Amino acid sequence: MSKLRYDFQAIAEWIGEGETVLDLGCGDGSLLRHLADTRGVLGYGVEADPDNVKASIRNGINVLQIDLERGLAGFEDGFFDHVVMSFSLQAIHNTIGILTEMLRVGHEAVVSFPNFAYWRHRQAILNGHMPVSENLPHQWYNTPNVRFFTIADFEHLCEMNGIVIRDAIGFDEGVRVREEPNFLASVGLFRLGREH
Amino acid sequence: MTQPQSVGVVAPRTQRFTEPLLLKSGGRLEEYELVYETYGELNADRSNAVLVCHALSGSHHVAGYYADAPDNIGWWDNLVGPGKPLDTRKFFVIGVNNLGGCYGSTGPTSIDPATGTSYGANFPFVTVEDWVASQARLADVLGIQQFAAVVGGSLGGMQALSWTLQYPNRVANAAVIAAAPKLSAENIAFNEVARQAILTDPDYHDGDYTAHGVVPERGLRLARMVGHITYLSDDAMAEKFGRSLRHGKQVFSYEAEFEIESYLRYQGKKFAGYFDANTYLLTTKALDYFDPAFEYGGNLPAALSRAQADFLVVSFSTDWRFPPERSHDIVQALLHNRRSVSYAEIDSAAGHDSFLLNDAIYHGVLSAYFDRIKVTAHV
Repeated sequence: MSKLRYDFQAIAEWIGEGETVLDLGCGDGSLLRHLADTRGVLGYGVEADPDNVKASIRNGINVLQIDLERGLAGFEDGFFDHVVMSFSLQAIHNTIGILTEMLRVGHEAVVSFPNFAYWRHRQAILNGHMPVSENLPHQWYNTPNVRFFTIADFEHLCEMNGIVIRDAIGFDEGVRVREEPNFLASVGLFRLGREH
Repeated sequence: MTQPQSVGVVAPRTQRFTEPLLLKSGGRLEEYELVYETYGELNADRSNAVLVCHALSGSHHVAGYYADAPDNIGWWDNLVGPGKPLDTRKFFVIGVNNLGGCYGSTGPTSIDPATGTSYGANFPFVTVEDWVASQARLADVLGIQQFAAVVGGSLGGMQALSWTLQYPNRVANAAVIAAAPKLSAENIAFNEVARQAILTDPDYHDGDYTAHGVVPERGLRLARMVGHITYLSDDAMAEKFGRSLRHGKQVFSYEAEFEIESYLRYQGKKFAGYFDANTYLLTTKALDYFDPAFEYGGNLPAALSRAQADFLVVSFSTDWRFPPERSHDIVQALLHNRRSVSYAEIDSAAGHDSFLLNDAIYHGVLSAYFDRIKVTAHV
């Protein structure tokens, strides 16, 4: 099993015992493995990459090989308690579409993404280069990311689309940021819902 | 890790059943035989058995080869053996020839004890459910209460699915590969063309061709040719044959001129030489009839609510016979019932036939799944 990521613990705190979780872009299934072990969740992962599908199966995870760009058609409304997307939102073209789908099939959505307005990223731009960091490890010419946005941008998008932010945590290299997250946090982790 | 190996020399066995089998069609077999092969060893608590179900033209000969016919290699030999995805050092693997078949299990070419002559067209209709019921009786004889897994591709995948519905407690895992929860109208249409080819062959003689000392070879050839088209993909055909001409130029003849014509004729002729026409008719009808949701008003999630097994569902991108969408239907119905299910959609150019091929990603997925199945080790 891969190293436990710092956002896993925060995500786990939002998830109750035995709840149903869909993890979009589940990688090798580490998060669902962690949630199954610590929360006894009924989890399903979605992955497009064949090697990750294999790794998830070996990890004892239910994994479904689906291309997220095609949406979540076929999943029933409100079937999942939580729909998680960890570090994948920035790699999907149809941002609003996937967020809408997440909140259709799940009661809550959890998303984490790299914050392009992180101060070190700003510094890189000021120095004349696209940022490369722990959470943005690729060069501009080989990055899988297709959407470049900040924590402030994301908050604005949620507001525009009637998405309620129930909780938000900023991380700087794995440590929680207490203030000015759009400047000090390299990663944003959001817990989202719908207005009722 | 050791190199994958063949299971080596194998020999079929025959099990006779004298308790009548009531069939879904209302028909009845007073007694019957099933021919089967096994690979690996059954462990002490009989928890490591895996049943492999065959498709339309398959048989019990899944892996290995015969001492007197070393070229007759099992149809899924690339999957089953020491160090292969279905590792016979861990699992006790069983292949069974289905009832109504023509490879040794009781079928149209067998002698009907009531008449003393071969069943021919009088062999009763058999369904996927009937096959599964007969396989369960074989499991009883072998002392297997629960299979570690039931595995199959295409029509074999339908049997694996049906197992989980007919005997929910007797299947721990089901691998449903290149299958569908029911045939589409187009699938049935192709089967009907194949059947009509046989039924309208003058040598068919209403199914009693054996008594007339002939076989409806032309019908079988055409049936296989049309079937074969549906097993391949447009891409695979384009790559393998394209528009290649055997004489390098157009000769304006009805002889096999394009390579694809030559290939289909060869496949048809070969098939007609060994496969029984009545078995072909019965088996295509079994495919057409399979629809576990039928008695639930077409509600597949309701139909699959009985299943208790963990599932692996696999489809292939260019399979237009049973396309990925049909596997999605199965996956979503299982999800609805909160079953454990993993789904892999393998990128493959080879169409429906992909399930028989040795693709690294495909076999990697199967290995990952079978490796995680826990069975008690051999003593």
